[in-house]
Amino acid sequence: MKMHLDEKIWLTISFGIIMIFMFFTGYQAFALDMAPPSNKEIIDPQKVDQTAPFDKPGVNKIGENEYEVIMTLQAFSFNPGNFEVPAGSTVHFTLTSKDVVHGFEVAGTNLNAMVMPGHIQKITQKFNKPGTYLVLCNEYCGAGHQAMSTTITVK
Amino acid sequence: MQTAKSQTFKDKANKVMGISKEDALLTKSYIFVAFAALLLGGILGLIQGLNRAGLLELPSWLNYYQVLTAHGLILVVVLTAFFTIGYFYASLSHTLGGLLPKVRTMAWIGFGLKIVGFVLAVIPIIMGDASVMYTFYPPMAAAPMFYIGLALIVVGVWMCAFGAFIQVANWRRNNKGQHVPILAYFATGVFILLFFGSVPVAIEVIVMIIPWSFGWVETINVMVARTLFWAFGHTLVNIWYLTAVSAWYVVVPKIIGGKRWSDTLTRVVIIGLVVMNITGGFHHQIIDPGIAEAVKFMHVFMSLAIGFPSLMTAWAMFAVFEKTARKQGEKGLIGWYKKMPWGDVRFLAPMIAMIAFIPAGAGGIAQSTNQLDQVVHNTMWIVGHFHLTLGMSVVMTFFGISYWLVPYISNRVLTPQINKLGVIQTWIWTIGMIFMSGAMHWVGLLGSPRRTSFTTYGDNATALSWSPYLMCLAVGGTLLIIGVLLQVYAVVNMMFFAPKGETEFPIAEEEENASKTPYWTERWGLWIVVMLLVVAMAYVIPLTEFIVNAPPGSPPYKTW
Repeated sequence: MKMHLDEKIWLTISFGIIMIFMFFTGYQAFALDMAPPSNKEIIDPQKVDQTAPFDKPGVNKIGENEYEVIMTLQAFSFNPGNFEVPAGSTVHFTLTSKDVVHGFEVAGTNLNAMVMPGHIQKITQKFNKPGTYLVLCNEYCGAGHQAMSTTITVK
Repeated sequence: MQTAKSQTFKDKANKVMGISKEDALLTKSYIFVAFAALLLGGILGLIQGLNRAGLLELPSWLNYYQVLTAHGLILVVVLTAFFTIGYFYASLSHTLGGLLPKVRTMAWIGFGLKIVGFVLAVIPIIMGDASVMYTFYPPMAAAPMFYIGLALIVVGVWMCAFGAFIQVANWRRNNKGQHVPILAYFATGVFILLFFGSVPVAIEVIVMIIPWSFGWVETINVMVARTLFWAFGHTLVNIWYLTAVSAWYVVVPKIIGGKRWSDTLTRVVIIGLVVMNITGGFHHQIIDPGIAEAVKFMHVFMSLAIGFPSLMTAWAMFAVFEKTARKQGEKGLIGWYKKMPWGDVRFLAPMIAMIAFIPAGAGGIAQSTNQLDQVVHNTMWIVGHFHLTLGMSVVMTFFGISYWLVPYISNRVLTPQINKLGVIQTWIWTIGMIFMSGAMHWVGLLGSPRRTSFTTYGDNATALSWSPYLMCLAVGGTLLIIGVLLQVYAVVNMMFFAPKGETEFPIAEEEENASKTPYWTERWGLWIVVMLLVVAMAYVIPLTEFIVNAPPGSPPYKTW
């Protein structure tokens, strides 16, 4: 297959772009610890209420400016909802679903994770800016999906 | 030798005489259903757009999610599948000397199975028993009839795929050592993908979901089902894209009075898209639990690799434009655009479709990388992305094809009036999509979720700030429905009312001094093995983990 010089240059650049994307994705994931939420623990989706830690959903202070949120998602609510954390705190979310597939998204942050029944998902965010953050379900989960929301207030 | 000669004669006769009545009727039926689906799906799309912007309150008997499920199924499955099959069966008939009678029969059986399947799937949607979206993620469970309908659609598609394989194999037997004509080669690639890409979803629906929705088994493994779905889901959209690409490489050069770009490169692009495609679906699961970070990183490569053949295509297309314009005496670096037939809808529509693929493809590359995906996953950005890729790059190319394909199969001509209507339609569609898809991308970046009916989340300030964008979306949607009406009118006119006459099936010739295409491009057996190896590389690890490390399953839920 004979190729023009400019075609070779173009394809080299194309391949280079893909490699640059790969490099940055890998660097962010493994060097900067920014990999997408990928927790691998499992749970019986029909016994969430009886299984630790989801038998006690809530917000727990686990260190200086560090919080742990144990949260269940179900049609059509987040439990716990409407909670507060101080500005500058790092919040570790531990999430699972009690029924269908849900999405956990906090608008204005990079918090975004699929929450599947039978699987425990984990994601962490540092909240620096005070304000009221909208938490919403971004995976269609039924007739009340558009009402499935809550807030996190950062003070 | 004798048969080869008579075959060639038949080929030539077929090309001169036009398509046979039986083959024309087959494609006509497929195309008619495709555009009926466009009309219906378009109206449902408008209803959604207006509701989402808070302009239209739906009556109690019509639910937003019911409308959305129907919109997705009708446009993603019916419009695209029927158009692709109708178009490629006409191509096979035209370039391979007419369809074999048994192949035609198979295509009709496929047609019947798909229609019956579609009706079975739609009844529960209308009844409100299947508001599960076209992705139907378990453990949300629709009525069993919905899944049976989907399974029949898949079997119908398989009939058409095998019909095409028989047709191509027959031609190859009669034309030993020759390259399959380029459009038939595209058809081969598309039907290989349609078959192998729909195997995972067939397993999901037939083996896992149907017994579960009937209650024969109590629970389902949701992650296995979801993974099998996306092995199919993304392949499907890339199949429609490959169909559009076939017109870009083969038809557009003819319409502008040029020659085809390198035959070898074209075939290499097809092989690349076929081999690397199925694994691309994994990027829909970048923020799923249960999949290791390393596996997700490997999949970034698998997804981005699909971009490479598209970047090859971009180069080839602009090279054709420039070369054609230079032959017509144009000088200067970018003067080629002056020589292009912008007033010819058969060029204009696919050209804008191609240009749309530049931002669409770039958005695709951005959102398949892990961290960027996390920003936009399941937001309106994604909806904007696939309306730009499917709704613009693919569907506008289909529209462009319709202005010669429909007259060709109907023994009619494209009149200047309909051409003008087509040009107007193309611009309305373009402006509508820029508004709608642009607004979707932007509001998605701000966090507005997809698949959600009108809501302010209790007058939340963040959600209220999204309203202006959603209004833009509704404006775009309104323009698009005008585009749908014009397009459907044009198709009906060309199919039944336009003046009788001959219309050519536009296939560009190769360059005179083209180098010979190597024969390894014909070894589909080898390419299928390579494809299956790539699929195995991508899916064996996550699927094994989901099965071996499975949580207790989920019972069916009806949450709507």
